[in-house]
Amino acid sequence: MHYLTIQNNQSVPVSEIPEISYNAFLVLNTGMMVENSGRHCANYFGYPEAGAIKLICCIADDEDHLIHLSSCVADTNMELASFTAKLPCFEKFEREIHENFGIHYTDHPWLKPVRFAYNRADSDKGIADYPFYSIDSEELHEVGVGPIHAGVIEPGHFRFICNGEQILHLEIQLGYQHRGIEKLFLEKDQLNQLSTLAENIAGDTTAGHTTAFVHAWESLCGFKTTRDIDFVRTLALELERIAVHTGDLSAVCTDIAYQLGSSVFGRLRTPIVNFMQEWCGNRLSKGLIRPGQNKFPFTQALANRLSEVLDIFETDFIEMNKELFDLPSALSRFERTGVVSTLDATSIGVVGMAARTCGMPRDIRMSHPHSLYPELNHEPVVKHHGDVYSRVQIRKHEVQQSILHIRNLISNLPDVHERVEMGKPRAGLFAISLVEGWRGEICHCAVTGQQGELIHYKIKDPSFHNWLALALAVRNNEISDFPVCNKSFNLSYCGHDL
Amino acid sequence: MLSVVLIIIAAIFFTGIIIRTKSLASGRKGPGILQPVHDVIRLFRKGVVYSETTSFIFQLAPSVYFASIIMAMLVVPFGRSGGVLGFNGDFIFFAYVLALGKFFSIIAAMDTGSSFEGMGASREALYSMFAEPAFFILMGSLALLSGHTSFQEIFAALHIGSQISYALAALATFVLLMISMIENSRMPVDDPKTHLELTMIHEVMILDNSGFDLGLILTGGYLKFAIYGALIVNLFIGVIPYEYAIPAFFGIQFLMAVTIGLIESFMARFRMSHNPQFIVALTSVSLLIFFGVLLILQKFM
Repeated sequence: MHYLTIQNNQSVPVSEIPEISYNAFLVLNTGMMVENSGRHCANYFGYPEAGAIKLICCIADDEDHLIHLSSCVADTNMELASFTAKLPCFEKFEREIHENFGIHYTDHPWLKPVRFAYNRADSDKGIADYPFYSIDSEELHEVGVGPIHAGVIEPGHFRFICNGEQILHLEIQLGYQHRGIEKLFLEKDQLNQLSTLAENIAGDTTAGHTTAFVHAWESLCGFKTTRDIDFVRTLALELERIAVHTGDLSAVCTDIAYQLGSSVFGRLRTPIVNFMQEWCGNRLSKGLIRPGQNKFPFTQALANRLSEVLDIFETDFIEMNKELFDLPSALSRFERTGVVSTLDATSIGVVGMAARTCGMPRDIRMSHPHSLYPELNHEPVVKHHGDVYSRVQIRKHEVQQSILHIRNLISNLPDVHERVEMGKPRAGLFAISLVEGWRGEICHCAVTGQQGELIHYKIKDPSFHNWLALALAVRNNEISDFPVCNKSFNLSYCGHDL
Repeated sequence: MLSVVLIIIAAIFFTGIIIRTKSLASGRKGPGILQPVHDVIRLFRKGVVYSETTSFIFQLAPSVYFASIIMAMLVVPFGRSGGVLGFNGDFIFFAYVLALGKFFSIIAAMDTGSSFEGMGASREALYSMFAEPAFFILMGSLALLSGHTSFQEIFAALHIGSQISYALAALATFVLLMISMIENSRMPVDDPKTHLELTMIHEVMILDNSGFDLGLILTGGYLKFAIYGALIVNLFIGVIPYEYAIPAFFGIQFLMAVTIGLIESFMARFRMSHNPQFIVALTSVSLLIFFGVLLILQKFM
């Protein structure tokens, strides 16, 4: 056995992760994924250790609910064979390792920097002079969009190669939002600062990223959560899912110029986020989730209020969905637009909601359940066409499913426990935490040093995998359908850029 | 002369009514009816910023565009009173003077060198090209029916008497309404509200225009709506007295604005590749009118 098998939210001494030669490391990890399609790479990263780079690869097995860890030590001036040549889903992980540490891969197809971090290995290359994939043709033309977005949301540069109105190729350049958040995790020493950082990894996934962080932290500290703490986190995750999915439905309607849907779904999001405000004083659930404590216990009064809010919400939500899915002009925009084939989705390692629209039942709530998910017996909603229609429909179904889960949860409120001291993170540990945010699988990995201080913190937002799916989805589509494809994925810029 | 005054009055309220209808339909209070007018007045007071890559074409185009709409407005009659200008074949003049304005706005968009504006220009050119046969077959059929070739004489000679002519008027209204939606880049062909450059048609072409020039283009758009509205009104009022015709004019303009507002509220924009199909289908409706006219004239023996 050249790998170590653990479960979600478990921490193990770093020294126990088997360290093998790079070739064995490559064969082991690619082999594990090839032999079983139920496995995917949850995280693959490196960190400097004693003048060399330690690479750790985490392969999650969705059927056995296990995570396989293996590691390897590489030198910065080594030339290595890439994982990507065998499995495209490692593409961005290797680009990131190349960017941060200068490790060169001999057979990586497109070894461009990911986000131009300020502490990148080769600071000669700038984001402005990055060479894009280009064409030399009289017939085709290039369209560059961004980095300033038309709706002044987050920045990202999209370079299209088009044949008239048809998109042949899209290259997405991100990194404009890079804040060095992983580095900040190592620099800040107060727990509150760390929690606040985690909340701001991606503003729309506050509950998701904060839950991932607190799980990793509690695991490092050896803290056992009580039921009321788990309850709050599960509830916050599901409420966040309802709020964001509803907001996305509104945004998709805006992009196809369907005013009724746009305004009704927009209005429906409000009572949900306002409920969060009533509960914890913040509409985006900032400040709600903290390691080792339950700051805002969920009372019976809140439960009654929530069930009232959901009753009103659900009636209107179902009615508006009926209108939307009965509208021929809307369906003609959704159906067969932006298709990601199951084959593509599997090979590039798409996660979360986007994966579930391509026929893959990939859902951490089922495969690596945490908090109260084991008792909710979550069954993922799976769609098969991989088009905008599937991605719109899955939002409708997941919102209804979340409402069911919430009704289940609040019918049996947990007792509030006394706060127990949590202690400090233990020395020399590796912790991994997987959480299903509304967008998909969030993975946080933490490594502690000799004094129990963090020596590496690795964050992976689902957008990290899924941006490539968007680039593939728009191929052969009309360029005017790009906005609705983009919105149907609704990926995070800052979650990717960190 | 009367028609010009009426069209200007209708133009002041038209876009405001569309926006208000959309606001009410989505449960909002919405801006005042006169907000679009306030917007252009504000723009007229502003200076203009020109991109360094553009040439004199870009500076000329908004004025030509606006002037072309004013010219087109002059030939539109109102019932018994003719337009300021009126001559045989003035409906051809009407269509092509508008096309001239559009041509300038297209080359001005190309002049900026932006890939977005180039895309918008190519879409606009394509859709105008497809819409042209529908207009000419419609007007040609009416000319054949009435035996005249100027707007005023055609409309004055239209007598809605038989059932077939009611059907023809209804079809003609539909065609003119749809042409006005295409010409003004409204739904379901274009989405005037979107902020996404990639899906725009008309809006993307005027991205680089600012201040006074933008004011001219917007004012031109408001007038265009009222002009097409006036054509539809003319289908119905014939030579009835002014005391009925003038209220009918405003009534029909108001109805048209509300209809456009409702269409924009309750349906999604077409997929870009469906637009040409839709526009070509208008031509076949025009052909239906043509065959109706042949039936009335008993050309089928």
